Amino acid sequence: MNELRYPFSEEAVRALSAGDVVRVSGRVYTGRDRLHKYLAEGGACPVTLRDGALYHCGPVVVPQDGGWRVVAAGPTTSVREEPYMAKVIEGFGVRVIIGKGGMGQATQRACVRCGCVYLQAVGGAAALLARRIRRVEGVHFLDAFGATEAMWELEVEGFETVVGIDTHGRNLFAEVRDASAERLRQLVGR
Amino acid sequence: MMDWTDTLAELIRRTTSDLPADAEAALRSAAAAEPAQSQAALLLGALVENTALARAQSTPLCQDTGTLTFFWRVPRGTDTCALEQAAREAVAAATRKGWLRRNTIETPSGKSVDANVAEGCPACHFEQEETTSVEVWLIQKGGGSENMSVQFSLPDGELGAGRDLDGVRKCLLQAVWRAQGFGCAPGVLGVCIGSDRAEGYLVAKRQLLRPLTDAAPAPELAALERRVLEEANQLGIGPMGMGGKTTLLGVKIAARPRLPASYFVTVAYLCWACRRRGVRVTDGTLEWLG
Repeated sequence: MNELRYPFSEEAVRALSAGDVVRVSGRVYTGRDRLHKYLAEGGACPVTLRDGALYHCGPVVVPQDGGWRVVAAGPTTSVREEPYMAKVIEGFGVRVIIGKGGMGQATQRACVRCGCVYLQAVGGAAALLARRIRRVEGVHFLDAFGATEAMWELEVEGFETVVGIDTHGRNLFAEVRDASAERLRQLVGR
Repeated sequence: MMDWTDTLAELIRRTTSDLPADAEAALRSAAAAEPAQSQAALLLGALVENTALARAQSTPLCQDTGTLTFFWRVPRGTDTCALEQAAREAVAAATRKGWLRRNTIETPSGKSVDANVAEGCPACHFEQEETTSVEVWLIQKGGGSENMSVQFSLPDGELGAGRDLDGVRKCLLQAVWRAQGFGCAPGVLGVCIGSDRAEGYLVAKRQLLRPLTDAAPAPELAALERRVLEEANQLGIGPMGMGGKTTLLGVKIAARPRLPASYFVTVAYLCWACRRRGVRVTDGTLEWLG
């Protein structure tokens, strides 16, 4: 079991290998389709993402005591951010991406080059993962993007993930895709 | 006149937080079939744990509370406008309670419709029958899985798929391969062979109401369901696309008439969170289904 705590150092991230189980603690920002497009097109970020984590997630939040409470917060499909991700990693110094389903070659190359790691959270395990969120520290772009697409600043503790793409050039999802393509060819006789 | 708004809000609470027993059993047996301590076993174990937690808390199983589609069977002459209005009010109430995410985006403005009520949202499909009961089923289908739904038109030279059940099989395996872990595998396929493009997707989605344990009434379709399930699970894609023996939990196929010129194979890909629940109301008495 590996532990990562914010701020995430390049050294700690480069020490991880695909398949490692990692528990993430500290500050994490959510960001999905709207935010990635905005940042990749040169939008200003209201917070620093340097040595930080971006979580591909649109949580269910309810107002509580003048603040917010997260009810459900599993990962969303990361590959939709593939056209933007490498630019965001390079431009903003993001060190950790959390999502589901894996990402493509451009992201993988940016991970190797910049020292960034892609962590797979359990897709759909929204109730379980919401328990790892200690507090909602703030929210950005709530009016502009809406609650689901907003950038939520979360304080997490022991958030369970598995390394899907490491800094050494391994991408578990690409490996599974290629092996399953070979098996598919056998099954359909091509 | 009973209060349909409260009943439908309760149906939403059950659907969003309480995974049906057949789906939970499928996850448990899949977890047991993977090697102990493997990544696939750990991922499936987390899904089982998540299922129990969401049920105990009455909170969403998945933060993507999905497209809400109500399938109604009502007596002849029923005022369906009133039922549709009740569904809209129930969705708004369920959203306020945190059972549903703010999950509706006005297009093309991109504004969030915070109450989740808009034109066609939620969707209601009505069938009138010779019956004295009203029965309604709800499916909540998440966007990650919906993005993996796909339609083929046969023959397809690239897939080597002709207009026969072996061609259909090739399409279905291709759909599973294409989905990898993007749609939150292990998934369920709802399939329509035939029909037109629009109706094909609706028939395919309706198949997702079937229990995972049943089989298509037609023997040749039942055999195809079994074969595709077995072969898809040999692809090694596994839970979340990270490898393993469990890529699909079920395959549900229906066939419909088609035009001579068309032969569509339509696939509604559903994630592991098989959120479908129903309720039947007879003379004011409720019976929860699913």
